[in-house]
Amino acid sequence: MTAQTPLLRVENIVKHLGGHRILDDVSLNVPKGRLKVLIGPSGAGKSTFLQCVNFLLPPDEGKIFLEGREINGASKKELLGLRQHVGMIFQDFNLFDHLTALENVRIALIKVKRMQKREATERAMDELQRVGLVDKAGLYPAQLSGGQKQRVSVARALAMDPKLLLLDEPTSALDPELIGEVLAVIRELAKAGMTMIMATHQISFSASLADEFVFMEQGRIVERGAPSELLGKGRASRTQAFCAKLNELTGENAE
Amino acid sequence: MDGITLALTASWEALPYILGGVWWTLALIICAMGLGFVMGVPLAVTHVYANGFFRRLVGLYVWLFRGIPILVQLYLFYFGILAWLGSFSLLAPLNLDSAFSAAVIVLGLTSAAYQSQIFRGAIQSLPQGQLKAARALGMTDTQAIVSIILPQALRLAIPAWSNEYSILLKDSALAFVIGVLEVMSRTRSVAATTHQPLPLSILAGLIFFALTWVGIKALKKLEDKVRIAGYSQQGSL
Ligand SMILES: Nc1ncnc2c1ncn2[C@@H]1O[C@H](COP(=O)(O)OP(=O)(O)OP(=O)(O)O)[C@@H](O)[C@H]1O
Ligand SMILES: [Mg+2]
Repeated sequence: MTAQTPLLRVENIVKHLGGHRILDDVSLNVPKGRLKVLIGPSGAGKSTFLQCVNFLLPPDEGKIFLEGREINGASKKELLGLRQHVGMIFQDFNLFDHLTALENVRIALIKVKRMQKREATERAMDELQRVGLVDKAGLYPAQLSGGQKQRVSVARALAMDPKLLLLDEPTSALDPELIGEVLAVIRELAKAGMTMIMATHQISFSASLADEFVFMEQGRIVERGAPSELLGKGRASRTQAFCAKLNELTGENAE
Repeated sequence: MDGITLALTASWEALPYILGGVWWTLALIICAMGLGFVMGVPLAVTHVYANGFFRRLVGLYVWLFRGIPILVQLYLFYFGILAWLGSFSLLAPLNLDSAFSAAVIVLGLTSAAYQSQIFRGAIQSLPQGQLKAARALGMTDTQAIVSIILPQALRLAIPAWSNEYSILLKDSALAFVIGVLEVMSRTRSVAATTHQPLPLSILAGLIFFALTWVGIKALKKLEDKVRIAGYSQQGSL
């Protein structure tokens, strides 16, 4: 891998679902340590795209390279390996309901990484520490607030030492007062140099951290560029129009 | 008058013999529930996650065993298939009671059909995102099903499972037709000699009632014991 090789290279992905072309020739390069932000209206294909990257939804066409190596989607072993290196955060957390916060973070270390229980517990506690939830380690998902659940899910992903993190609207299911704690964790990750692709409607938050905004619509990337470029005064970008509409609706992204 | 007293005394004296049938009834139902469980879980998993062919195969199995009365199956198995296969001599070294084995197989296979549907419902009532999350962490489907899906599905299934227990318990009384020495068959043989079917039938009824009650209480205990803190079972069956 040379200095120029992006950590992740996605080339011309096409995905059909239910007879519709949901992703139409989508390409994206993500250099190491950068944050790419996916924005766009509901149904644009953001979630589908993120799930194509780790082959939860295998792309119909196109190529995906991690650290310059093409992923062979036909090989089970390669997919399992890929997923160990690519963490995913979901809109509705998807914590394992029968496991405590600690066990949620620990289980893949034991089952997938074959760590000893003691070592896995230590590692899991470190990650819970990082998201500020050490004191909640023994609680079950049903006993946690939405913000806490999402932080546990971040810890669960981070425990696997991912090279890349995919975040699918990590704050969209949260009450407004709980969004901040999750955004704070994401900000820390970005500052620490974690490579990420995040679908979000938190425009102003991500504008300060993102390397690039990628605006999707109807399965295509219709606009991309640095946040300042797309949101700058006097620009007539699709992104800007979309964000203005979001502001109107929520009043939360005023800036 | 004297005759009735005599008969009642005979019935009373037969009590230990009839109560001895409880062990057979219990052994029968524990083995059958066990067989039904061991088969029902993979059947359910196949029904939910496998592709068309295997799914249809499970459907066929369930349809078949739910459709044929247990009585018919018992005759078929005991006097038909088992006898025909000559399995009795195969089982002989194990020193198993052949009628008992046939009853366990019939009740177990039928229960597997019902249990598979209980577990299928439980699996399908779980939020789908957890399987996705498990896969995203690099778990194989088998790992995800074994360590994420089933522990939750089985918890959810306990109430329906305890219902299946009480149904199977009652079905187990049918095993008398092939001569398993469980409660019902002992009751009948005593009644045949004492000519006092009424008190004996009441007794048999009380025994089955007690077994049902104890089993359901025990499963309720289990349900409470494995309950996940704070979790409300919206998806309960
Ligand atoms: N399994 C499926 N079968 C058929 N169509 C699907 C399926 N999953 C998603 N779609 C469709 O694909 C399109 C893109 O969906 P996707 O969830 O990727 O959009 P999104 O950009 O993430 O939207 P949102 O902001 O609402 O999360 C939508 O029109 C959706 O209806
Ligand atoms: Mg989405």
